[in-house]
Amino acid sequence: MSAIAGKSASAVSAKTPARVADGRLRILVYILILALLAVAVIWAQGSLDPYKRRVLSVGAINVTLAVGLNIIYGYTGQFSLGHAGFMAIGAYTSALLTMSPAQKAANFFIIPIHPLLANVRLPFLPAVLIGGLLAAVFAVLIGIPVLRLRDDYLGMATLGFSEIVRVLINNMQSITNGSLGLKGIPEYANMYWTFGWAAFSVIFAMRLAKTSFGRAFMAIREDDIAAEAVGIDLTHHKVEAFAIGAFFAGVGGALLGHWSSAVDPKMFTMAATFQVLTIVVAGGLGSITGTVIMAFAYAIAMEALRFIEAPMNLGIIRIPGIPGMRMVLFSVLLLVVILRFRQGLMGQRELSIDPILRRIWPRCVAEAPAEAPKGVRG
Amino acid sequence: MTLALFLQHLANGISLGSLYALVAIGYTMVYGILRLINFAHGNIFTAGAYLAFVGVALLQLSWGAAYVMAIVLTAALGVLVERVAYKPLRDAPRISVLISAIAVSFLLENLMVIIFGGRPKSFFRPPVFDQVMDIGSVKVPTVTFAIIAASAVLVIALSYMLYRTKPGLAMRALSSDFDTARLMAIDVDKTVALTFVVGSSLAAVGGILWAIKFPQVNPFMGGLPGLKAFVAAVLGGIGNVQGATIGGLMLGLAEVLLVAVFPAFSGYRDAIAFVALILILLWKPTGILGQEGRVKV
Repeated sequence: MSAIAGKSASAVSAKTPARVADGRLRILVYILILALLAVAVIWAQGSLDPYKRRVLSVGAINVTLAVGLNIIYGYTGQFSLGHAGFMAIGAYTSALLTMSPAQKAANFFIIPIHPLLANVRLPFLPAVLIGGLLAAVFAVLIGIPVLRLRDDYLGMATLGFSEIVRVLINNMQSITNGSLGLKGIPEYANMYWTFGWAAFSVIFAMRLAKTSFGRAFMAIREDDIAAEAVGIDLTHHKVEAFAIGAFFAGVGGALLGHWSSAVDPKMFTMAATFQVLTIVVAGGLGSITGTVIMAFAYAIAMEALRFIEAPMNLGIIRIPGIPGMRMVLFSVLLLVVILRFRQGLMGQRELSIDPILRRIWPRCVAEAPAEAPKGVRG
Repeated sequence: MTLALFLQHLANGISLGSLYALVAIGYTMVYGILRLINFAHGNIFTAGAYLAFVGVALLQLSWGAAYVMAIVLTAALGVLVERVAYKPLRDAPRISVLISAIAVSFLLENLMVIIFGGRPKSFFRPPVFDQVMDIGSVKVPTVTFAIIAASAVLVIALSYMLYRTKPGLAMRALSSDFDTARLMAIDVDKTVALTFVVGSSLAAVGGILWAIKFPQVNPFMGGLPGLKAFVAAVLGGIGNVQGATIGGLMLGLAEVLLVAVFPAFSGYRDAIAFVALILILLWKPTGILGQEGRVKV
């Protein structure tokens, strides 16, 4: 309920002159930040070596994926373990739309590709959009019945959905090429695309949090019975949050496919969902900036820790590589976060530019409204 | 399909179902008391099989001694997981405990990858389980028979414990009302630990029998059977031991018979459990034998 109270309070004071200037200044600063980010990405795409570009791209893809889960779980409180399924839908759909007919023919050598798909070819952006939208359509179809469930049951049902998607992909050979997967997907996902989508997902989620729609999501998270009592249509909003989250999962999956140039059903097991869940929980449920920080930290740590799985040569002794070591560390990380620091890195807070603005130009920035009391989370 | 062939499939289905049932009982008992889906239970199952593998292949124990050692150590592992990852969260939101369980599951899985390597290892199958028994015109491998017999004995023993002994009474009391049971001087920590001992031992037996049936072990072997056993527990009515047994048998039979009757759909057999899960959750979330519960505002 605290979310709704906070909104009406800010609506009352919205029209004072200081606030207007404040709003304009803020938009200016946001545009500035985006411009700086754009310049940084253009520079990075041009002058960083391909290895670093790939690692940063994974970070950006993680952002898109994790923002999606954060909208479902962090904002709306619906515990979903189905992210990998939506990623798979987005990845396969977009890959089938961007691959050349010749490349498809080379892939489907056991069972020929379905004639409808053999010759379609679309540019990257529409292919990714269709991948994301199809994931959202599936989210609506599965969400309408399943979102009546709560908490752990919802988690298991969505995990069941994700596993069903995997079984279907393994078996629908003429569409997905079965367990062989798709190879030779054009590597379109450069830093412009991955960071562009990451920025879009972050802006979208932050704007969403300020709309009545987003407030309704959070009201459902805090107390669904009370939310229903004040007239929020539960099913409607839950399904919508689920579809938005699934859209970003689909987009993230599509980017991942065009980043690695190959997809197969093994990429979309529970382990993929686990990774996104770790990012969201460790970053702070409901905190988009926390998610962004953790998404990049995860991608960079995953690469930086690669050495612990490689064979080591210590002069006389040679230690063989230990595959699986990084996943052990990340499982321990999630365990420690949930046992000791349940709020994660940022809790429900966001990094804000207000303190900096206030220092630079104190007259034009209104005092931040007193923080709304925290509700009980579950 | 001839009668003999049908009986053959029936025996296979019941043996697969008994394995699901053994694992499902662990899920259902923990859920009954802590309202927690013990996501790591499938990995406890794997650990049981690996410990038996270690006993036979590395420690050169006789297979009987190796199995006993594996069951005891797996029970200890189950209790350890509870102490470290679940007990500190007893008053936390339920989803936090579930996330903790998911973390433990990945931790155990990858620890086994580190210790034993990712590749499957062949599991020693004692000669007793290599033979084939002829019952009329039906040929039943002894391992199938052993699985069914062992599961039946264990389920009966567990029912005796639950309904005829003091610790069993304590478990049932905690399961029906955690807070009131605590007021009635039931030692919660001890009873929860005992629940994990029983659940993990049954999972270990399941894991060992599974490894005998498909004679190999690998770090990921518990993932799918674990999830399916959870589905079996929900199917039968979570929190209910008889329900878990019935759910396990139904699931095992459904999987075997689907492949037997429609061989073209054999690729979809892993989907049965999850489709069943979604349908049962929507149609009757309390399962076949579960009790109706109401959410209090």
